[in-house]
Amino acid sequence: MRHLLSTADLSHTQALSILDTAEEMAAVSTREVKKLPTLRGRTVVNLFFEDSTRTRISFEAAAKRLSADVMNFSAKGSSVSKGESLKDTVQTLEAIGADAIVMRHWASGAAAQLAGSGWTDCAVINAGDGTHEHPTQALLDALTLRRGWSAAHGADPRGTDLTGMRVLIVGDILHSRVARSNIWLLRTLGADVGLVAPATLLPVGVEKWPVSVYYSLDEALGSGPEAGPDAIMMLRVQAERMGGAYFPTAAEYTRRWGLTDERLARLAAHRGAAGQRPMILHPGPMNRGVEISAAAADSPMNQVLDQVSHGVSVRMAVLHLLLSSSERNTA
Amino acid sequence: MTRSPETSHVMSASDMDRALTRIAHEIVESHRGVEGLLLLGIPRRGTILARRLGERLARIDPGFDPSQAIGSLDITLYRDDLRAHGARTPEPTRIPGAGIDGATVVLVDDVLYSGRTVRAALDALQALGRPAVVRLAVLVDRGHRELPIRSDHVGKNLPTSRDERVSVLLDEIDGVARSQEAVVIQRRGGKQSQAGER
Repeated sequence: MRHLLSTADLSHTQALSILDTAEEMAAVSTREVKKLPTLRGRTVVNLFFEDSTRTRISFEAAAKRLSADVMNFSAKGSSVSKGESLKDTVQTLEAIGADAIVMRHWASGAAAQLAGSGWTDCAVINAGDGTHEHPTQALLDALTLRRGWSAAHGADPRGTDLTGMRVLIVGDILHSRVARSNIWLLRTLGADVGLVAPATLLPVGVEKWPVSVYYSLDEALGSGPEAGPDAIMMLRVQAERMGGAYFPTAAEYTRRWGLTDERLARLAAHRGAAGQRPMILHPGPMNRGVEISAAAADSPMNQVLDQVSHGVSVRMAVLHLLLSSSERNTA
Repeated sequence: MTRSPETSHVMSASDMDRALTRIAHEIVESHRGVEGLLLLGIPRRGTILARRLGERLARIDPGFDPSQAIGSLDITLYRDDLRAHGARTPEPTRIPGAGIDGATVVLVDDVLYSGRTVRAALDALQALGRPAVVRLAVLVDRGHRELPIRSDHVGKNLPTSRDERVSVLLDEIDGVARSQEAVVIQRRGGKQSQAGER
């Protein structure tokens, strides 16, 4: 592996290798010395053309725990606003001595273009490109799901996948890079994926995706204790989409697709095959009272804070696997 | 398992058994008992040898509790040759019981060669705490040290040339029957060195 651009490119073996490495990285953060010397002397650049707090901070924490040097670059207040091209920006960063570029860009496919351009020898990590993919978010979700799934089955998570797990992804699938990355990765890991969204927020061609589609959350939650999902992933209602007439009002969205107190109670009554409760995931930041009720946000089934700490572990694993690789020298 | 004519056996399963038993006695003797003793195997083969040493220690002194005094210490993230050999998925690090502070840690590995693995293990230990004493037990010491590191307990000192490759074949990893376990030397047939090779 030389770059991480999309979860669709990841094989089952590669995905497990990242998740298993992340398990060991997670152990580091519980120790007295929360730092590894692995990437000493390497430089990681966070190149962000779009606003982000948690992803950038998470990548920064991950690189620093591996002893790499970190440079943060945001397009605002940089030469990009003077009209500098991506090529010139990246070549400048490489001349400064970057070994890896973590890029978030508003254009879908930007990371793949950079990786395939020949402009740079740096390893490229996609930290979100337009509405295309956000692979490290999907990997941290998978790590969270695998922890819960293996704990319910009394197994060590290392080396296991998500075979047989039923996961619902609820919300704006059309614009969500998190949903796309999750669908490909969860399918690779053997989970059954269901999408729940208004018809206006599902992409054209979704019927060809390897998923089941529901237009109502009540229908997807099913009836009876056996019918429910093992995990439910609530996507953020993006305020910037509200004006697009995809759904009438926020209240209408909440009524049909939100995780309300009433639906939380139904979900809490579900028991998985091993007697476990379903998990609730959210990529954050949560809109309390819109896609998720305050009670669901504070429920013990909610994994949001675990997801954040798993994010650091997964990003450490990805940086380690990409930057320690010998392929760079021959490429 | 097929072996080329250039392969020679240097230790049989019973030789390995006897060597481990002797090392176990040496450990108890030099530590004057088993109190505060912690065996940490370096994955993957060191972990298995540490477990086998622990079984013997428990037989020698019933006060030795293998569940509280045997662990593993992965050194992948502390290696100095990651760039040359490429990234590996780290193996688990398991530190039992009360941790390593103040303990007598015995690092266990299969083959001692350049000493770089042990150097990485010492760095990894430092990040976990502060042991009172650190000792090193290896099944085979093949020489050619590149760092000022020595072993305290050795199964067999084996003079080798750098062109040779020493392999410890174990049931749990190599799938050989327990009675067929062995230490073998192979001459390298013009093959370049590979990751994980000793």
